[in-house]
Amino acid sequence: MDLLRLLSFGPDGWGDELLQGTWLTIRLALATVPFGLALGFLVALAKRSPNRYLRAFGNAYTTVFRGLPELLTIFIVYFGGQIALQRIVGLFSGATVEVNGFIAGMVALGVVFSAYASEVFLGAFNNITRGQYEAAYALGLRPATTLRLVIIPQLVRLALPGLANLWLILLKDTSLVSVIALDDLLRKTGLAVRVTKEPFLFFGVACLIYLALSMISSIGIVAIERWANRGLRRAS
Amino acid sequence: MNWDALATYGPRMLQGLVVTLQLVVISITLGALLSIPVALARMSRSRILRAISFGYMYFFRGTPLLAQVFLVYYGAGQFRTQLEAIGLWWLFRDAFFCCVLTFTLNTGAYQAEILRGAIRAVPAGQREAAMSLGLRPRQIFRKIVMPQAILIALRPLGNEVILMVKGSSVAAIVTVFDLMGVTRLAYSRTFDFQVYLWAAVLYLVVVEIIRRVWDKLEHRLTRHMRSA
Repeated sequence: MDLLRLLSFGPDGWGDELLQGTWLTIRLALATVPFGLALGFLVALAKRSPNRYLRAFGNAYTTVFRGLPELLTIFIVYFGGQIALQRIVGLFSGATVEVNGFIAGMVALGVVFSAYASEVFLGAFNNITRGQYEAAYALGLRPATTLRLVIIPQLVRLALPGLANLWLILLKDTSLVSVIALDDLLRKTGLAVRVTKEPFLFFGVACLIYLALSMISSIGIVAIERWANRGLRRAS
Repeated sequence: MNWDALATYGPRMLQGLVVTLQLVVISITLGALLSIPVALARMSRSRILRAISFGYMYFFRGTPLLAQVFLVYYGAGQFRTQLEAIGLWWLFRDAFFCCVLTFTLNTGAYQAEILRGAIRAVPAGQREAAMSLGLRPRQIFRKIVMPQAILIALRPLGNEVILMVKGSSVAAIVTVFDLMGVTRLAYSRTFDFQVYLWAAVLYLVVVEIIRRVWDKLEHRLTRHMRSA
């Protein structure tokens, strides 16, 4: 009964704090996705580019950000971003800048996400046959129009399973931002533990919340995949 | 380059790298041993075994590694008297062992999933042929199914090793002085951002070496499957 009281909402329960943390975790993950997807798509385009330097850049980017521990990437973006911003601001004034933890976390997680997403996009690109481009060309579509109307709709469908996987990984990786003083679920849980001295209960509950988030995501993913496959005729 | 900091913290970072590699090698090996019974339980006929292994794999694959480490490391403190009673407290008191335990359970779940997929990917004809030759189930598993499954599992297992190298950095947060831990210490003393970049280079080198070695290993182990 005592344990239930600890998890209750209100002044002496930690339920509302955990919920706030969960909300930040969700917001961070949701904010990272558009940024990571856009960046990943650009990197994938760079890796397919006829330009040698762009290709080399795209490959190096992928190798580096898939090889670095996510935790290290977060530290590098957080502290490195602080130093870089300070230098830029220092050119104009003597003010000190403080990097926003949410933005730093979003950028760091987004960069990692984009490195993996670019590989997913690349795989999806390779699965689109040349006939699609040739047919679009024969219809007189411009390259940009071809990409927008012919290639991307198919790309979405092909890339979706891989991207869904990355989303589930991202959801778990958000826990790492707790080390840069961002009040996500895990950090709020840590605060609760420090006060209540009930680590097993609270970290257990945090794990269950993460599990619930990924379960809900799986349901959403199934729905999105059904939507993306709507134009696909099933061979029965 | 900050040569003073490099002279002071360079050797300690290399020591940290050794700790990182210890964490990874021990956890991956123990996890591999753990993954075999778990994968078999997952495919067993018994509903109870299937449920237990499914629950274990779902939990460890669905929650963040950092949260798992916290659960084991801080959570164990709450059961100190019980752990002392069964003589396991020394294990849970030590952050390094807690990390090894958590990483083992974590990678065991991932490796079991890889192994399960690989075993199922072995064509049924292989098993049927072995049966018609009169091999026993145990022999079929050990001599026919497993060798082929491991070849299929090789690539995802290599990825898992790399993920473990990267994931092991969370040990730094519970006071283990692995490469990440030493790097954070060095940064807190010098406030020189370079140390993070050195750590990045070290991690990249390790990951690249593993990738190359794994490619070689795969090339060698699959040499009988290539046509001339």
